[in-house]
Amino acid sequence: MTQPIRVLLAKVGLDGHDRGVRVVARALRDAGMDVIYSGLHRTPEEVVDAAVQEDVDILGVSLLSGVQMTVFPKIFKLLDQKGVDDLIVVAGGVMPDEDVVELKKMGVREVLLQDVPPKTIVETLTRLVDERGAR
Amino acid sequence: MDAKTMTAIKDEIRDWEQNEVAQFLKKQAERKEAFYTLGDFPVKRVYTAADLEHTPPEDIGLPGRYPFTRGPYPTMYRSRNWTMRQIAGFGTGEDTNKRFKYLIAQGQTGISTDFDMPTLMGYDSDHPMSDGEVGREGVAIDTLADMEALFDGIDLEKISVSMTINPTAWILLAMYIALAEKRGYDLNKLSGTVQADILKEYMAQKEYIFPVEPSVRIVRDCITYSARHMKRYNPINISGYHISEAGSSPLQEVAFTLANLIVYVEEVLKTGMKVDDFAPRLAFFFVCQADFFEEIAKFRAARRCYAKIMKERFGATNPESMRLRFHCQTAAASLTKPQYMVNVIRTTLQALAASLGGCQSLHTNGYDEAFAIPTEDAMRMALRTQQVIAEESNVTQVVDPLGGSYYVEALTTEYERKIFEIIEDVDKRGGALKLIQEGWFQRQIADFAYETALRKQSGEKPVIGVNRFVDGAPDPEIHTHPYDVTTATRQIERTRRVRAERDPVKFSQLLDKLVEVAKDPNENIMPISIELVKAGATMGDFVETLRAIWGTYRETPVY
Repeated sequence: MTQPIRVLLAKVGLDGHDRGVRVVARALRDAGMDVIYSGLHRTPEEVVDAAVQEDVDILGVSLLSGVQMTVFPKIFKLLDQKGVDDLIVVAGGVMPDEDVVELKKMGVREVLLQDVPPKTIVETLTRLVDERGAR
Repeated sequence: MDAKTMTAIKDEIRDWEQNEVAQFLKKQAERKEAFYTLGDFPVKRVYTAADLEHTPPEDIGLPGRYPFTRGPYPTMYRSRNWTMRQIAGFGTGEDTNKRFKYLIAQGQTGISTDFDMPTLMGYDSDHPMSDGEVGREGVAIDTLADMEALFDGIDLEKISVSMTINPTAWILLAMYIALAEKRGYDLNKLSGTVQADILKEYMAQKEYIFPVEPSVRIVRDCITYSARHMKRYNPINISGYHISEAGSSPLQEVAFTLANLIVYVEEVLKTGMKVDDFAPRLAFFFVCQADFFEEIAKFRAARRCYAKIMKERFGATNPESMRLRFHCQTAAASLTKPQYMVNVIRTTLQALAASLGGCQSLHTNGYDEAFAIPTEDAMRMALRTQQVIAEESNVTQVVDPLGGSYYVEALTTEYERKIFEIIEDVDKRGGALKLIQEGWFQRQIADFAYETALRKQSGEKPVIGVNRFVDGAPDPEIHTHPYDVTTATRQIERTRRVRAERDPVKFSQLLDKLVEVAKDPNENIMPISIELVKAGATMGDFVETLRAIWGTYRETPVY
C-alpha cells in the first residue's frame, strides 16, 4: 500500500485570511492525505523547518496579502541552504498574473488561485507527487 | 387579519395549487425540486398575506420608530443619501492622502481608511515581520506624524472618517484625537468610526495580538472614553462583514455579530455607565451578499433584533439606543478573476440591495479586487455605481420600498426567529466570550465555507465565468495597482526621525505610566495613549510594551 501524501499548509507573514487554506486542508484530508496546518503568522524559517522535520511531500503557502514576491524567494533560499531539492512548493491565494509567472520561474510548481475547486486541488497535488515519483 | 380572511386566503392558495399550478407543472416542471436562499432558507413558490401570520404589524412598524425594521430614521434617503464611503489606503500617509482627495473630488462623501498589515498587527515599519508589507495592502502608520500626513488639508470637522483597524484601534484613535487637538478642533464635532471590534477578529478575520480579556478591555475603554468626550463619534463598528467573508452564512453573520454586541454592552455596563449613555453611538458593519431579497430581509431583521435586545435585555429607554445604524460593503468574496468586468454587475446588484435594505454608508468593491487592491479607475467605477443608484434610479424616494412585500416580510421574521434561536443557544452555552475561546463560532463558519466551496465545485452555486458560462477567450488586459518599492524606505525614514527627535526622559516616563494603567483594569487606557502618541511613541512601542504584560493570543485552528 502506498503512503498517503504528506502536506504542510502554511500561512506566512501577518495575513490572517485563512478561509481558503482551511477549506484546502479539509479537502486534502477528506481525500486521504496527511495534512498539517501551520496556523497563522509564521515566518519563512518556521515553515521551512517544519516542512523538513515533518518530511512532507508538499509545502503549500497561502497568501492573500500581496507579499508573495517577498516570501517565496526567502523560502527557496532557505530550502537551498538546507539542501532540500525534492520538496514540491505550491502557492495559493489572491495574486496578480504577472506574479504567477514569476513565481513559476522561481520554482513554485503550481499557483492555485481563488475559486479553484477542491477536487482540482486534490488532483493537482496528486499529479505533482506522481510526477516526482517515489523517494 | 381576522381568522376568517386568513382561512379564505389559505383555501384559495390550496385551490390554485390543485388547479393552475398542478396543470402547469404537467406541461413544464420547475427547474429544481426545492428552492433555497443562499443562506439555506427554503423559499416557497409565492408568498401571500397568509405568510404574515407570524408578523404582527407593530413588528413592521414605521421608519425611525421602534423596532426600526423599516429604517433607523423616519425620512431616510429623502433627507440625505447614504454616505458614499470608498475605502482607501496604500503607501505612506502622503500617498493615501492623494487618493482621499481624488475620491472627494469625484463626489465621495465620507472617508474610509485601510491600514497595512504591520499597522493592523502593531509592528513598526522597520520590524522584520513588516518586510514586504509596508504600505502594500493599506497605508502605513507608525506615528502621529504619519497621521498628520494622511489627513493633511482635509477638514475633519466637515467630513466623517472611518478607520478599519482592530487590535491596535485605540492607538489610531489616540492619534486621531491628538491630531484633532493639535488642529484645535472641538472633539464633540468629530464624526467618524473606528472599527475596534476585536471579538470578530478571533472569530473570523484573525487580526489579533493580545489575549481576549485585555483586548475586550481596550474596546470597553474606547467606548467609554468616546461616550464622555466625542459625542458624534462611533467608537466601535460591530462587524459581520468579516464573519461573512470568512465563510459564514448570512444568518450566522448577523447572529454572531449580535452575540458580540451583547459582550461589549455587558462589559461597558460593568463600569457603571448607563446603557443610554453609550448605546446611541454603537455602529454596525454588514456585508451585502448576492441573494438580493435575502440580504434586504437580513438587514431589516438585524435592525428589529437589535432594537429588541437593547430594549428588552438591556433596558434602554432612549430610542436612539435601539436604532441600528450600519455601514455596508459589497461582498469581496463574490468577485471573480475570470471575466472580471462582470464584477461591476455583481457589485451593482449588491449595492442596490444595500440601499433597499437601508444602509447608512456604503463601500462598493472595485472590479479588479480579485487581482490586487483597487486602482483609481476601479474605484471611480465603484463610486459611480453608487451615484447611479442614488441619483438616477429613484429607489431613494420612498423609505423601505419593499416593506409589506409578503416575501420580504416573511423572510425578515424568519431571520429574526433564527437569530434569536442562535443568541439563546449562545447564552445557554455560556456566552460569546467563552465560545470564541472554544472555537465554537469558528467551526460553524468553517463548515459553511467548506459547504460553499463544494457547492461552487458542483455548480449548485452558480458563479458566472467560473462554473457557468466559462469563456475560453482571454479577458482584456488589466492594469492592477502598482506597489511603489520606495514605500518602506520613505516610511521608515520618518519613523526613525520621530524616534530620534522625541524627548527620551518624558517618553520613558509615559511608557511607565502606560504599564501601570495596563495593569489596572479599572483604569482607562485612552488618556495615557493620547499623551504617548503626542510624545512621539510608535505603534510598536505600545504593542511591544503591552505584549510583555498581557502576552500573545494564539488560536487552535479548526478545519
